[in-house]
Amino acid sequence: MKFAVLVFPGSNCDIDCYKAVEDSLGEPVDYVWHTATDLSAYDCILVPGGFSYGDYLRCGAISRFAPVMVEVAKAAEQGKFVLGICNGFQILTEAGLLPGALRRNMSMKFRCHDTVLKVVNNETPFTIDYAKDEEIIIPIAHGEGNYYCDEETLAELKANHQIVFTYSDNPNGSVADIAGVSNVQGNVVGMMPHPERAANSLLGSEDGKRMFTSILKTWRDRHDAASIR
Amino acid sequence: MTQQVSVKEPTAEQIAEQKIYSQFGVSDSEYELIKSFMGRLPNYTEIGVFSVMWSEHCAYKNSKPLLKRFPVTGPRVLMGPGEGAGIVDIGDNQAVVFKIESHNHPSAVEPFQGAATGVGGIIRDIFSMGSRPIALLNSLRFGKLESDRVKYLFEHVVSGIAGYGNCIGIPTVGGEIMFDDSYDGNPLVNAMCVGLIDHDKIQRGVAKGVGNPVFYVGPPTGRDGIHGATFASVELSEESEAKRTAVQVGDPFMEKLVMESCLELIDSGIVIGIQDMGAAGLTCSSAEMASKAGNGLELYLDQVPQREDGMTPYEMMLSESQERMLFVVEPKDEAQAQEIFDRWGVICCKVGKVTDDGRLKLYHHGEVVGDMPVTALVDECPVYNKPSEVPAYYVENESVDTLRYAEVTDLGGALRTVLGSPTVASKAWVYNQYDYMVRTSTAVRPGSDAAVVTIHGTRKGLAMTTDCNGRYVYLDPEVGGRIAVSEAARNIVCSGAEPLAITDNLNFGNPEKPDVFWQMERAVDGMAEACRVLDTPVIGGNVSLYNENTTGSIYPTPVVGMVGLVTDTDHITTQGFKQEGDSILLLGVTKAELGGSEFQYAVHGVTEGRPPALDLATEKKLLSAVLSSIRGGLVRSAHDLSEGGLAVALAESCISGGVGANVELSANGLRSDVALFSESQSRIVLTAAPERAEELKAAIAASGVPVEIIGTVGGDRLRVNLDGASVLDEAVAELKFVWEDAIPCLMK
Repeated sequence: MKFAVLVFPGSNCDIDCYKAVEDSLGEPVDYVWHTATDLSAYDCILVPGGFSYGDYLRCGAISRFAPVMVEVAKAAEQGKFVLGICNGFQILTEAGLLPGALRRNMSMKFRCHDTVLKVVNNETPFTIDYAKDEEIIIPIAHGEGNYYCDEETLAELKANHQIVFTYSDNPNGSVADIAGVSNVQGNVVGMMPHPERAANSLLGSEDGKRMFTSILKTWRDRHDAASIR
Repeated sequence: MTQQVSVKEPTAEQIAEQKIYSQFGVSDSEYELIKSFMGRLPNYTEIGVFSVMWSEHCAYKNSKPLLKRFPVTGPRVLMGPGEGAGIVDIGDNQAVVFKIESHNHPSAVEPFQGAATGVGGIIRDIFSMGSRPIALLNSLRFGKLESDRVKYLFEHVVSGIAGYGNCIGIPTVGGEIMFDDSYDGNPLVNAMCVGLIDHDKIQRGVAKGVGNPVFYVGPPTGRDGIHGATFASVELSEESEAKRTAVQVGDPFMEKLVMESCLELIDSGIVIGIQDMGAAGLTCSSAEMASKAGNGLELYLDQVPQREDGMTPYEMMLSESQERMLFVVEPKDEAQAQEIFDRWGVICCKVGKVTDDGRLKLYHHGEVVGDMPVTALVDECPVYNKPSEVPAYYVENESVDTLRYAEVTDLGGALRTVLGSPTVASKAWVYNQYDYMVRTSTAVRPGSDAAVVTIHGTRKGLAMTTDCNGRYVYLDPEVGGRIAVSEAARNIVCSGAEPLAITDNLNFGNPEKPDVFWQMERAVDGMAEACRVLDTPVIGGNVSLYNENTTGSIYPTPVVGMVGLVTDTDHITTQGFKQEGDSILLLGVTKAELGGSEFQYAVHGVTEGRPPALDLATEKKLLSAVLSSIRGGLVRSAHDLSEGGLAVALAESCISGGVGANVELSANGLRSDVALFSESQSRIVLTAAPERAEELKAAIAASGVPVEIIGTVGGDRLRVNLDGASVLDEAVAELKFVWEDAIPCLMK
């Protein structure tokens, strides 16, 4: 299985995502520049955190126009796995690949600390290694992580099981305590907390590692099923 | 914004007649000297260039004789003071690069940008050495956290640091903050950056190779920060507000791009010399690079990217616009360098050439607008040995009895008071605004004795801390200087690391005041002695003088930034108590030493007497005993005793560990408040598994360090008996609440 970690000017969790894939899975992983026009070689695309384009204008608002985003949209449509973390989540919402938007934290301050998340949907390609409703520790580090969507969208998210993670103790004012959502198909997920920062016991938590193992397991299952057919 | 119009510059003659140079901080005798080096009257641009190069900030003209007293070499030191940052070998072809720098005056006037650009500047110092920055720390001082102004400064300094470090993606892993009236109106903002480098990648800021092109990298030069270095070299005053233009504006996104592209350039192996444009911008970087190679340099100012129309040579040379670098390559490598910056979308253009005539020559609109000898700029600034005098307060304090206040018997109340004092209270309100986890290497987060950052692909780690108690230094500069270094080393050792070296930031008042200069001399002597005994040479640093407010000089505050090596991540140790039943050991001797203590300040509202004594041989024994016990796997938690003494150390270990403790102490003739709150030095609290406590005690005692088993971890209360009588019995949850809530409550 081959992973791509996108690099926008100002991405700064690209190295961390790369390390997490390498250390947790040992699968091949490449950095892919924001100008790339071909993602066909990759099975999973990680849109990392950071401050792409300095968060100027609005978080993710400039990145969504990067050439590589056309390819990300294509990959999403083809059913490949796309995971946006923090700024990556903001980019995916700006690009319209995920519903909702991220606003300034209610406290108006950047917040960095561990959070307890509840795994609401453990049937996505990213969460099958978790139990449903399991509580896991994953850190956050953001100033604009306050998830917003209107009532109607919220009802759809619930109906389609698109809410993947919720916070046990809402740190930013997010609607319905939402920490991460998926698209309707479930192959695109965005989340504000950083699973790549919880992939090693020395860093305080290993709970994030299972997101990466989930991705690999799902891919293998599908891959095996496809080859049997 | 309206376009600024440059007023007509005075002529060389007017500068001489009207003594215009004095506005730039150049004295009459210095002006005469400049004239003799030039062989003629300097023009406006030239006097501007000289004035910044000869400012305290760039030339250390008042502090150089003192800096010579520091030990700066050692078997591990690969680069000492003089370059962007010092470098220390950590084995396996790797080295650690670090430096601390102040941005006090800008932060007093414009706290957000002042602090942000302080962080930006120190990061450039680190990557200009060819090193990848891996961590940031800071050391902050503010007035009492009561007035709106102090709260404003505190809030915006913190968000300025957060805004820059978070965006560029370097974790802010540690620091320290003290609040005291002494810093009212003149806060201290010192930022430290730590980087990693392979030995063969080390760069220098040299303009070698006559005929080689000189390149400018980074955003266009604007009119911001003009005379920042001069501004930093005078006292703040009512008029300082009017000098806001001397404060630069930071763009961490741009610095991220400049950093990545410069590191890629360095990695390509084609760089001859590279230096950041920090204080005194283009002037300082070009003159220093030429000087270090023994060469000259020509600058074509029309080629310098400019943010505004009509900028003069004077403005371009003195601007401190941020995120700019200068580098030299061979002509054959120009295209390769250009390609790297194009790909990162960073401006890079040729602005000059290395020459062999030893002169800094400036061209503008086809004319020579400045022509100065490089050695005069860099090396010939006069050095002053300022008069020094013992201050009256120091003499008076000799006879102050720190036990003159009646014994405080409500020790629970006193503990809550001290824990709730903003200096001691939890700084989570601060560090939760910093991204301290990006780069996924932070093994010990802010809030323990020292932060620890692991080195990917090895079992090693780096422990790092900043320390200085200005009250001690004020009460006795020499002892205070010794304590600053020793406490840093104690924090490093308590984290499981071996101290390697220090960087220092000497924050003092006006050196022209004899009592301030006396403080400087004595503090430097104390630090230098500690560095020698503890084997932690000074590999670089910064001097910030003229820190004054309406009531006088700030407390002398020579901040120590120390880095230590964790040889195996298994040794990493934190302050929190770990398990019920663990034995608690107290190392060191408690004496009646309340002078300069947090207890004295928070409970009695004074800072007086002599500070705690510190014997360096004792300290050294303690440090090596604790480090070898940690490495031997005997230690479960370690916490150094500092502000608030034993009571606060025990409380913090309980709070961090989420567990209580039962402690039995013998008073040894001390009053109960003294026994609990004395800040006697060279003390550490350790815990060990109960079955190994005696072994640990024996190991420590064998090294000649006084040690006692004083209690057990357990329950949910902190209970202390003194000679069998209960003196403290507090719920940990309640102490935690007081400690955690103090700063958020004040900042609401």
